[in-house]
Amino acid sequence: MPPHPSPTATPRPDHSVDSAGGTEASAHGAKKRFLHDAREYVRDTDHRAFLRRALAGYYTTRDGQKARYRDWEHARDAANLAKWNAVNRLDEMLVRFADRFEAGGGKVHWARDAAEARTIILEIVRAAGAKAIIKSKCMTTEEIHLNDALEAEGYGVVESDLGEFIQQLRGEPPFHFVFPCMHVRRGEISKLFEEHLGSAPTESPEELTMIARRYMRRLYVEADVGITGANFLVAETGQISITENEGNARLTAALPRVHVALAGIEKCVERLDDLAVLLPMLATAGTGQPLTCYNTLYGGPRAEDECDGPREMHVVLLDNGRAAILADPEQRDSLQCIRCGACLNVCPIFKNVGGFTYGTTYQGPIGSVITPHLRGLGDWNHLSQASSLCGACTDACPVRIDIHHHLLHNRRNAVRAVPNRLERMGHRMFAAVAARPQLFAAGGAVFRRSLWLLKKLRLPLLRDWIASRDLPGAPARSFRDQWRHRASPAVARGRTDADGRLQ
Amino acid sequence: MNARDAILARVREALTVPGPGPHQRAGEMSGHGAAPHPQPLPLGNLPVLALEAARPWLPDGGATPAERLALLADNLGKLKAVFHRVPTIHAAQDLLFSIARERDWKRVAWHAHPLVEPILSGIPCATHRVDGAAAMTADPATYSSLRKDALEACDAGITGCDALIAQTGSVLVSSATCGGRSLSVLPPVHVVVATPEQIVATLADAFDALRERHGEALPSMLSFITGPSRTGDIERILVLGAHGPKELFVILVG
Ligand code: SF4
Repeated sequence: MPPHPSPTATPRPDHSVDSAGGTEASAHGAKKRFLHDAREYVRDTDHRAFLRRALAGYYTTRDGQKARYRDWEHARDAANLAKWNAVNRLDEMLVRFADRFEAGGGKVHWARDAAEARTIILEIVRAAGAKAIIKSKCMTTEEIHLNDALEAEGYGVVESDLGEFIQQLRGEPPFHFVFPCMHVRRGEISKLFEEHLGSAPTESPEELTMIARRYMRRLYVEADVGITGANFLVAETGQISITENEGNARLTAALPRVHVALAGIEKCVERLDDLAVLLPMLATAGTGQPLTCYNTLYGGPRAEDECDGPREMHVVLLDNGRAAILADPEQRDSLQCIRCGACLNVCPIFKNVGGFTYGTTYQGPIGSVITPHLRGLGDWNHLSQASSLCGACTDACPVRIDIHHHLLHNRRNAVRAVPNRLERMGHRMFAAVAARPQLFAAGGAVFRRSLWLLKKLRLPLLRDWIASRDLPGAPARSFRDQWRHRASPAVARGRTDADGRLQ
Repeated sequence: MNARDAILARVREALTVPGPGPHQRAGEMSGHGAAPHPQPLPLGNLPVLALEAARPWLPDGGATPAERLALLADNLGKLKAVFHRVPTIHAAQDLLFSIARERDWKRVAWHAHPLVEPILSGIPCATHRVDGAAAMTADPATYSSLRKDALEACDAGITGCDALIAQTGSVLVSSATCGGRSLSVLPPVHVVVATPEQIVATLADAFDALRERHGEALPSMLSFITGPSRTGDIERILVLGAHGPKELFVILVG
């Protein structure tokens, strides 16, 4: 194997902790870091403009593709139905998938958490006597920090997806779980390749892609073990389905002797036919394509009468907190996510704070929904505040997950779990005042006169709020006063009922 | 308890608490926030299959053979694949040979197939067959790097297909019928030969065609190929030929 582009030792901006763990220190740290990173990123207007430009093409191609559906909204209902069905009968789906898959000659492994999954994969790699491992894009392996574990045992792993490869060389996790290196400029990639692969500098995305292509070719041929993810597990046929554009997953599952696929338990669908709905919708929502370039189903290792393919195939089914989401009926549907990334692409928060600020494996709105469950609500609750609740994510979701309402639910749950005494006192006081009109009027008068002072004093509660917003000046008269003396045409014409309400 | 039983127990326990039904709100197209179906549906007893529900709403696949052909050609063009329709095997040969000459192909890889074999005979370059006697008698357990290297060095892979999908412009290949897993993805050019009867309207029809052909015993790999390999990873700019073929030809014979 050529010199392995060992990921550098730079600290990864992934603030993650293992599975459900997470200590108080990390909890506090995660929120602090979020606020810090968000502030930094927001200041980088150049980079935000760059991100926006990169996404501009997405909106037009996606809308063009959506227009080809005879009814996209109805199709979303059907996609929701397909995933709802599988998630709400998940036990049955998993058993059927596992039985069928093993009948096809593959082996299924079950992992309760990240550590167990790492152990299982390490054992497979060891038993295969692997010298070289090639990987295709798989966010679940990011979730369990598989590469670090393999490298700690002395195995070289190369990410074959171009974006993931670039991130591996940069020593960073993905910036976006569908477009891993969308934040990197071509000049930086050229420098990176110069440094690690000894290539000549170039500004052409095409040439840069070809450099990676040439580099990777030998690795496919020489690798003993190929590791992939899975986008769907088909219970009816015992197949896994992998969606990709580059052909790297195809090669990863064709050339090495052993193929290992890691998948979250929620990836099930009941029938092969469900994919006739989900595959086109995943592509349209995710990248604006009619269908992603390669959608491949694997039912096991190479069969007797086939001329190539791996000798062994393993599927590792990972729980790692997913059953906990399932147990919350209110948020169960977040397991229906097909990881298309559409909710990130339309999210005003994502576009303004960038992917790294989240500090999670899954960025953006859906990441903000599931991470607190996967890693402990208290620690990651600040993510539910990182939303304007505009609902753009919910509108974009091809499987109709109620994303922004889940963020609200997470906020409520977090407040229930760790009540904010100050906030509660404030609300009680407000309620008491608001219920007494005289008191309310008096309070209003005081506030109107002292707003300038509050602004000056920069009280802690107000400070964060006015740091990036203008606090408008106070009106001279109260609303009730203005209303009473308002020259409304309706009032003037006397079209009010007995209680003075407008008719 | 082993991990399997533990996970299944957790899942079963979680599902004892009923949740809301699927979101079905396209009918009331007014609001934006998705509201759950008011009546939880009985589990395991869905009123409709997802596909049946979706079929009329998905992109059109064409109602007649002529419509399907036109749609397929149009979609392949948009995907930057090259589509040719030729009347006879002879014409297909002429076309393929001229492509081979033009690109100065030294060696092409192929597999035994009733269309591929006659079209390839007499091609002005060396050929490399990936399946058949030599491959089968070799130790089936080893897919040696020697053979992988030989295929990697080929200029093109020529295969048949299981179906062509008008709706998406896809080519369906399988490991059992299209020369294994790598022939259609390792060489830099992929040439697919097919007949007009192989065109189906939608992905669902392609699944039907597969079931008809293979029954329960599906090949170990099935792949829907939709245009030449591509990436947008660098600044979201489209580049063809990321790891798979840079060019995809579809030659329809008849
Ligand atoms: S939540 Fe919906 S939009 Fe977001 S990634 Fe998942 S499926 Fe896509």
